[in-house]
Amino acid sequence: MISIHNVSKIYPARAGKEPTIALEKVSFEIKKPEFVSLVGKSGAGKTTLLKLILAEEKPTYGRVFFDEQDVHKIKGSRIHKLRRRIGTVFQDYKLFPAKTTYENIAYIMEVIGAKDEEIERDVPNILEIVGLTERANNFPGELSAGERQRAAIARALIHRPDVILADEPTGNLDPYNAFEIIRLFIKIYEMGTTIILATHDRDVINVLKKRVITLDNGRLIRDEERGHFIL
Amino acid sequence: MFTSLKRVIRNGWRSFSRNLGINIATIFIIITAIFLISFLLVFNAASKILISSIQEKVDMTVYFKTDVAVEKILDVKSDVAKLPEVKDIEYVPKEEALTAFVEKHKDDPLIMESLREVGDNPFPASLNIRAQQASNYEQIAGFLAGYYQKDLIEKVDYYERKPVIDQIFSTTSSINRGGVILGIVLAVIALLVTMNTIRIAISNSSEEIETMRLVGASNRFIQGPFLVQGVIAGSIAALISFLAFFFLAYGLDDKVKLIAPSISAYGLFLQNFWTLLFFQLLIGVGLAMISSAIAVRKYLKV
Repeated sequence: MISIHNVSKIYPARAGKEPTIALEKVSFEIKKPEFVSLVGKSGAGKTTLLKLILAEEKPTYGRVFFDEQDVHKIKGSRIHKLRRRIGTVFQDYKLFPAKTTYENIAYIMEVIGAKDEEIERDVPNILEIVGLTERANNFPGELSAGERQRAAIARALIHRPDVILADEPTGNLDPYNAFEIIRLFIKIYEMGTTIILATHDRDVINVLKKRVITLDNGRLIRDEERGHFIL
Repeated sequence: MFTSLKRVIRNGWRSFSRNLGINIATIFIIITAIFLISFLLVFNAASKILISSIQEKVDMTVYFKTDVAVEKILDVKSDVAKLPEVKDIEYVPKEEALTAFVEKHKDDPLIMESLREVGDNPFPASLNIRAQQASNYEQIAGFLAGYYQKDLIEKVDYYERKPVIDQIFSTTSSINRGGVILGIVLAVIALLVTMNTIRIAISNSSEEIETMRLVGASNRFIQGPFLVQGVIAGSIAALISFLAFFFLAYGLDDKVKLIAPSISAYGLFLQNFWTLLFFQLLIGVGLAMISSAIAVRKYLKV
């Protein structure tokens, strides 16, 4: 489903500093459905890899395929069609500050052209699942970090995408809530959705017992079917 | 399609009402632009009325020799009237000229005494000619030159008035040209200031726009609400400007009449009610929409 072919990403030199190599000759494939964890220290290249899959950034070398389509060859005016198939939990949440929690989640449904009745049915459901029913009419600025993270997760799940890219989705959650969210991801995976989880949460990885791709300084150093958190 | 449009309008209205502070600031900038451009157009229209009323007052008079028969003068009149440059021509007989003179100077004993001394009616018959445009008098004077040779005409006062006519002609065209140049410069400044204000307002939403792209919103779905906000801000600005114009025209009507009796500010406002309203809406909404579209485009490249 997703294929990374010999991808390198080099950020050009700035203000006298050396160019930064974020990814170096990384290759792997992800089938549908699969639960893959990307692990590595901060700066290992996890977020960059997710950005390349979402076509937010272009690789310096190599190619990224989504269902055999080179995502970086898709025109800017058509890229939204690919992105609608992906649900993303951003590391910095990227919630819309002038929209309520409900509106933030409903926006994705509006984007894909869902009917009003579907939105009115599904949004309260997902709010209940992530425990934000009481916070439906609050703006992101009025939510705690954990609540914002759960709102971001709800927004990524609401339209039942083919793939979920989750960048540190449990970073601001207490262990109880973190495992609740991971259980939710497992349930979605079992329903046929591919999950790509970038994290450095050792406990989460060790509990999952799923495929683990380990990155170190931009290089893929390990790819195990039932991996553990080893750095 | 209809659902999508409904959502775009609803999202636009929400964004507008939730960012009132910056939107009010934008509205005031658009009001300034509308006001400036409308004022220049009104000034241009008023100056044209003023100029044409001044030009109306310019005429030329052809004085005939005292022994020329009335029939011959009327022949000349009908010949001159055929010229396309002539707007209006009026025959003033000797008697009428005398009556007008007496009426004008009846309170001046010295002049009246002098007139009695002369005894006979000293005033020649004349033709008052009004041309279509100030520049036509030269051609009419040229045509009349032929009658000098036939010993009919005593004098044509165009040549005495020529410097004044030329002065009016050059002053009016300078006012027109200056007005147009000043108008264009000020309008460009107003447009740039408005576009920049809207650009800054939208740059506050740059991250939001990028996120919209990343979660799969199409460019139209992203741009739409910003355009709706532009329409709302532009319409409010246009209506406020229109009301301000109404109060200005109504309040300053008497004062404008003191300076230029031929111009009624309120009358002009009523006469151009729909044109002005349409024009101000066009500037307000057009300016806000174009500025929004340009500003949003910049952030759609993600």
